[in-house]
Amino acid sequence: MRLILERRDDRPTWLSLASPLAAVALTLVAGALLFLAIGKDPVAALKVFFLDPLSDGWALQELAVKATPLILIAVGLTLCYRANVWNIGAEGQLVMGAIFGSWLALATHGSPDGRWVLVAMLALGALGGMVWALIPALLKARLGVNEILSSLMLVYVAELALDYLVRGRWRDPKGFNFPQSVNFEPEATMPLLFEAGRLHIGFVLAVIVAVAAAIVLGRTLKGFEIRLVGEAPRAARFAGFDDRRTVLFVFAVSGALAGLAGIIEVAGPIGQLQPSISPGYGFTAIIVAFLGRLNPIGALIAALFLALTFIGGENAQIALRIPLDVTRVFQGLLLFFVLGCDTFLLYRLRLVSPARAA
Amino acid sequence: MGIFEAILLTIITAATPLAIAALGELVVERSGVLNLGVEGMMIIGAATGFAAAIVTGSTLIGFLAGMAAGMVLAAVFAALALGLAANQVATGLALTILGIGLSGLIGRDFVGARREPLAKIVIPGLSDLPMVGKVFFAQDPVVYLSVALAIGVWWFLTRSRSGLVLRAVGESHASAHALGYPVLRIRFLAVLFGGACSGIAGAYLSLAYTPFWSPGMTAGRGWIALAIVVFASWLPLRAMLGAYLFGGVTVLQLHAQARGWGIPSQAMSALPYLATILVLVVISLGCRGEAQGPASLGTPFVPDR
Repeated sequence: MRLILERRDDRPTWLSLASPLAAVALTLVAGALLFLAIGKDPVAALKVFFLDPLSDGWALQELAVKATPLILIAVGLTLCYRANVWNIGAEGQLVMGAIFGSWLALATHGSPDGRWVLVAMLALGALGGMVWALIPALLKARLGVNEILSSLMLVYVAELALDYLVRGRWRDPKGFNFPQSVNFEPEATMPLLFEAGRLHIGFVLAVIVAVAAAIVLGRTLKGFEIRLVGEAPRAARFAGFDDRRTVLFVFAVSGALAGLAGIIEVAGPIGQLQPSISPGYGFTAIIVAFLGRLNPIGALIAALFLALTFIGGENAQIALRIPLDVTRVFQGLLLFFVLGCDTFLLYRLRLVSPARAA
Repeated sequence: MGIFEAILLTIITAATPLAIAALGELVVERSGVLNLGVEGMMIIGAATGFAAAIVTGSTLIGFLAGMAAGMVLAAVFAALALGLAANQVATGLALTILGIGLSGLIGRDFVGARREPLAKIVIPGLSDLPMVGKVFFAQDPVVYLSVALAIGVWWFLTRSRSGLVLRAVGESHASAHALGYPVLRIRFLAVLFGGACSGIAGAYLSLAYTPFWSPGMTAGRGWIALAIVVFASWLPLRAMLGAYLFGGVTVLQLHAQARGWGIPSQAMSALPYLATILVLVVISLGCRGEAQGPASLGTPFVPDR
């Protein structure tokens, strides 16, 4: 007797909804075992991790703040992965967007001239991310260079560039030699949605982006092109779609969205430029994209769940002295379970006896 | 000892972990599997290796523990990518994220601990030779192991029957399956071998390259090892050359930082990453139009009865 995978003839809808839920449930079980292994009460730990961040309005706002960059980046990555283009350097595009946008915030510091500053900063941020993403995109489209490796290498380069700027040229002269820029002027920061709390209009922007991407991907010719190039590249070529242009397009969009996420983070919750501006949003967004089943609206929901792990991780560190690395372990496990569960959308497990298998 | 000799010695230590990890991944990719989790397997090897060496006091047990940890992660990858035919790129990324997280948990009690780096094997007489003595005859055992590994992998892939079968599986899994070769079992063994190599390479970083463990200490070396495989056009001896090239870039930028020269240190630190991109570009220019790599690389295989 042995187990084999057998291709499904049908693809029931309920299964494609159940698969991410099953992955989340399996992650919770694995998480409970992990907490037992490091000697913590699993029930209390899971409560701090996944329930306490939902307890009050303040915490819910924080959840949306953390979800904002994840939504923006994951929506862009969804387009890439649908086209079978592997941009894994979103973290670097985020940093480059933050650098481009902050340049204007610092250049107008002391004499800001109305709200246009922020609008221009957001545009520059998107431009910065796009420029950084177009490097691996052009190398792939023109020369066939592997985009996985080149986009990832540029993450390190972008982080070093940020480090250089905040320790050198852009350091606050009155900042007691701390490696950080001046605090941005009020005109150069994201407006808050409510008087109390930290929720800013970036979240609204992210939701609009997700809905727009869902429409583009599902209802327009461009969306059809992206899906066709990803699923059947030969058919796409016969249909007259240029797959190199698709590569450039999805990289440009996802880079711009990651750059936008970067400048929103800097002009929003952080308020200044620092050597480290992201707890790995660019990498976590990869998990968000897959948990959302490579669907922009799915990414929106999945981003809220992964934002929960970031906040839960911080809470657990304070309340139960559980190290922050647990968050990353959780996220890695989640992606494993998502990928594993997705297999059962295409295949079913069958037990066969050796006699019949032969 | 002259400055030239000193630089050469540090290049060897910097290149060795890259060489071992790249040779392991090369075998994996030759079997048609793309495991992007090298960075995760390396860092778990570094953390586990260092922890085991501190607890037991034995460097050898440290290396074995690092190797075992790399193999465990590789087995998890294989279960998903081979057993469940999951997307290999995404599974490899998950492995990297998981490995970085787990390494932080394992290594957390050992931050700040130090131990003597791996002792060198000094061959009396020969190591006193001018210029070449120290470079060839006074290295630690893992450096010799990496050279043996390169020759061994080359022999296995090009001269042995099993190597031929492995390459056939990587070129066309459907044909290999039709001929009756157990495609998934061969790939599983290749992935485990890759995990063992990455684990050893990681353990080398925390047990020989530096005398301590620090979180995130692999700093992208796993990804550079993946680039070396592409640079080497999937040929083992060329992978060895690539590892030394990248080791050279790493060391030269360190020496340049020490001297100053008015260049920002961050620009020098970015050199290995920029060099990786440059090398990928040059390789792509060199073989335009030709197919790169094993034909079945990265495509999942589900045997039909």
